[in-house]
Amino acid sequence: MPHIPLPENAPGPRGPMLFRPEVIPPLSELAEILMRGPSTLTLAERELIGTFVSARNDCRYCQTIHGAVAAHYLGATEEQENLVQQIKRDPSNAPISAKLKALLNIAGQVQQGGKLVTGEDIAQARRHGASDLEIHDTVLIAANFCMMNRYVDGLATWTPDDPDFYRERAAALAEHGYRGSSSRK
Amino acid sequence: MAHITLPEGLPGITGPLAFRPETAKPLRALAELLLRGPNTLSSADREIIATYTSSQNDCHFCQTSHGAAAAHHLGNPSELDANFVLIAQIKRDFESAPISSKLKALLNIAGHVQQGGKRVTTEDIARARREGATDTEIHDTVLIAAAFCMYNRYVDGLATWAPEEQEAYIPMGARMAHEGYVAGPAPNSAARPEAVTV
Repeated sequence: MPHIPLPENAPGPRGPMLFRPEVIPPLSELAEILMRGPSTLTLAERELIGTFVSARNDCRYCQTIHGAVAAHYLGATEEQENLVQQIKRDPSNAPISAKLKALLNIAGQVQQGGKLVTGEDIAQARRHGASDLEIHDTVLIAANFCMMNRYVDGLATWTPDDPDFYRERAAALAEHGYRGSSSRK
Repeated sequence: MAHITLPEGLPGITGPLAFRPETAKPLRALAELLLRGPNTLSSADREIIATYTSSQNDCHFCQTSHGAAAAHHLGNPSELDANFVLIAQIKRDFESAPISSKLKALLNIAGHVQQGGKRVTTEDIARARREGATDTEIHDTVLIAAAFCMYNRYVDGLATWAPEEQEAYIPMGARMAHEGYVAGPAPNSAARPEAVTV
């Protein structure tokens, strides 16, 4: 049960955002720009960064929904769902690019604390082709999920159990994005 | 030196905000809403929650600038020194600081959010309610603490530059308190390097 009375049938951050609609524009705008705005990082790469950070923060709602969105972008097969699980568990041995591994390494350091990001973490990402803007966005996506994970779990929001719920919602998010969250169920 | 090439002369978060104006807009709007928007919590209380969370995250720029904003909200300039003493005491041990029981209960929640969302217990919430906190005040406390877990990581994760000494933050805190977070300098403008910050 949530720590404060929240609108029903609103999973994860949607509950508190509907409870306090003033926060919807800045939170949804930030998510939309970072996760779906113009970027040289793919949609799937950005969702994988969000999923990985949420897994490290042990936030079940966020890692499940963003993992489902990532799998959706990658092709929505069981194989892609398994790949997302593997990346959460052990990105260094997953069949993904060296650049994404280096960005996930940075995201993992940000999750523990900003000061943990080292010059070597950044140099490694650069060696694998990451630009300054990609590094910036990786840090901010990871930081943003450190906020959203705490928002979701700090209020003990509703987290559905049914995997199909996440698959369906992921398809809707992939189609409509994060700005629509004020009006969509 | 910052991890990526940021506009020069801009302290703390203002460097990456100028580097990426698209994300600066919602980041500034969120700070303005949470710290200065209409609320039954005073701006001083909200800046204190932000300062405490930033202190627990060991973010020098955020805890010093928001501590200065809180000191400005707490009273007129002649009381500034005393206010800075109070802020330092709250950061060190808020339970023994001369603040309301309600603010202590909210800082207790913020401290748990800083460690991780799951650390917030029903007893933490019950204590805040007993001291008179409303559901919206509890919500806002959780989101302010969570937001500063983002801002702190953004500032330190990019190794941004920040002045060391507290004096540099006094005019900055005044602008944050009285002018707010939205009307920042034009991107890449170093004309007012200390201008409005988060």
